[in-house]
Amino acid sequence: MFGGIDPGLLIASLMVASVPIILAAIGELVVERAGVLNLGVEGMMIMGAVCGFIMAVQTGSAVLGFVGGALGGAALSLIFALLTQFLLANQVASGLALTLFGLGLSSLLGQGFVGIRPPATAALPFGALAEIPFLGRVLFGHDWVVYLSIASVAATWWVLRSTRLGLILRAVGENHDAAHALGYKVRRIRVLAILFGGAMAGMGGAYVSLVRVPQWTDGITAGAGWIALAIVVFAAWRPWRALIGAYLFGGISVLQLNLQAAGARIPVEYLSMSPYLITILVLVIMSSGKGKAALNAPASLGQTFHASR
Amino acid sequence: MNRRTLLATAALGLGLAFGGAVNAQAMDKAKACFVYVGPIGDLGWSYQHHQGALAVQEAYGDKVEVTWQENVPEGADAERVLTQMALSGCNIIFTTSFGYVDATNAVAAKFPNVKFEHATGYKREHPNVSTYNARFYEGRAIQGHIAGKMTKSNKIGYIGSFPIPEVIMGINSYYLHAKKVNPAVELTVVWAFTWFDPAKEADAAKAMIEQGVDVIASHTDSTAPLAEAAKANGAVIGFGQASDMADYKPSPRVSSIIDNWAPYYVKRVGEVLDGTWAQTDTWAGIADGEVEIGEITEVVPADVKAEAEAMRDAIAAGTYHPFTGPIKKQDGSDWLAEGAVAPDGDLLGMGFYVEGITGDIPK
Repeated sequence: MFGGIDPGLLIASLMVASVPIILAAIGELVVERAGVLNLGVEGMMIMGAVCGFIMAVQTGSAVLGFVGGALGGAALSLIFALLTQFLLANQVASGLALTLFGLGLSSLLGQGFVGIRPPATAALPFGALAEIPFLGRVLFGHDWVVYLSIASVAATWWVLRSTRLGLILRAVGENHDAAHALGYKVRRIRVLAILFGGAMAGMGGAYVSLVRVPQWTDGITAGAGWIALAIVVFAAWRPWRALIGAYLFGGISVLQLNLQAAGARIPVEYLSMSPYLITILVLVIMSSGKGKAALNAPASLGQTFHASR
Repeated sequence: MNRRTLLATAALGLGLAFGGAVNAQAMDKAKACFVYVGPIGDLGWSYQHHQGALAVQEAYGDKVEVTWQENVPEGADAERVLTQMALSGCNIIFTTSFGYVDATNAVAAKFPNVKFEHATGYKREHPNVSTYNARFYEGRAIQGHIAGKMTKSNKIGYIGSFPIPEVIMGINSYYLHAKKVNPAVELTVVWAFTWFDPAKEADAAKAMIEQGVDVIASHTDSTAPLAEAAKANGAVIGFGQASDMADYKPSPRVSSIIDNWAPYYVKRVGEVLDGTWAQTDTWAGIADGEVEIGEITEVVPADVKAEAEAMRDAIAAGTYHPFTGPIKKQDGSDWLAEGAVAPDGDLLGMGFYVEGITGDIPK
């Protein structure tokens, strides 16, 4: 053990640090599984951060704040859905525009909310369970959003793997023409997936402004949306791997700060770049050997669909 | 108008515009531009620079047009932004972060008639580049004094942004003054490698708090470390950085360093207007009002508050310098002899910790 680092505390704080990127990454994973590439995660997150913050402050309820965050993110993603699914605009450009728009709009909306403290989100009361030496800290010392983030991974995995809904969603993402020929409403399914992605990213953003840094500041998400996008690729579009990826990224950033605070003499630079090195490594391993199929990217990802036949 | 006359008119216009500046004549109207590294709403560093920009507008009214750009990354993007500003008719451009050093000098070479002012920098490669800075270490001395007196765990922390002289100076000053009043004090330094990333700043504060640190000073731009300290319900205190951060009064924010750029900005833009602008290197501190110490709250005992205020006044009067010998470097070698004060050159190039601080400065 390095200096005074308590492994229980470390794991507990990495779980908290990873929540925003898990939520956003799971949302984006579903969107991409439906064949849509939405690069606007950062914009939707920050909209969620500001809308959630405003909602929580106005109503005095942190739970409603998260609802507000989800609505804010979903509202912004609706613009993206309109542009790409109905006006058939380029998805990459629309996504980037969404991020820029979200950053600006959130700054405008947040003008009157700088310097206010939001209502607190307390840890769930597990009573005696939280007193268990190591496990209590790690498993039973969190607020409800941490459990929700893990539950959302499990639910997404189950829906994608074992339900008809998941099968349809994947069919749309793999081959939208075939799905259309079978009579599935490609556009409607994609719009719903985009809204889901927006809501999840919005909740992730709200977690940043309501729990992790309980305040509103311009640009508060500071690039978390881009990390979420990278994690989706890292995870090869699989929910549990996204969870691992998020813990890896969140964990390393928390670990390196803790190591510094403990006075460990490990150069900070190596730790800071290690998640990216691992990402590259994983991509290399996945794309070699069995070939590109192992990469698992939805075949229709990023392609515009128009029901011309 | 055909193309040739259009070009001729444009050339004439350019000639007039630049001709005036070359002769350093007074101007009727000037355009002052500001580049910020973070958002104005950070309530810290960039916010204070923007207050300075607004003071310029206030002081000159119609005679000055003020524009700004937020969130400009340090690096290649900065050069593009600066070029754009210079092309759009800015007469004086304030680049308000250390990392703009090369971009500022590179663009200044291309636009000799535009004045550039680089904050916290040291490079003045062209006659149209000035640098200006504030003696933040004076404020850090006062924070260190309060930290040394207030800590119960004898562990104090400092969130560093980047290992540059300005930050290292602050760490040394903070530590020296804490050590002076509390020999048992230990300093924990965490490098965030960012100026503005609230989540990361909060994580850094959290990591320190989990390891027993109970006084946190930060050198990053947002209020996130204070927000994290606030979760400890009074067990952890901190300081406002760059701006007063009064929202966190009376605790965890027990005092603050306020960067007051307004007087300097008003003066320099005034000099552009009356044609007397010349290259300078300004380093002002508490005495000049550029560094202000925010109200020390009631959480701090009265005697500690009185001592801290006495130190502030002594620094302002010039009777006390925060780096007064004897001071040794971390490796045990001598830096300042008994009674000697640190020359500015040593401070501006500071790349070492003083004796007693553990850990290495990242390269």
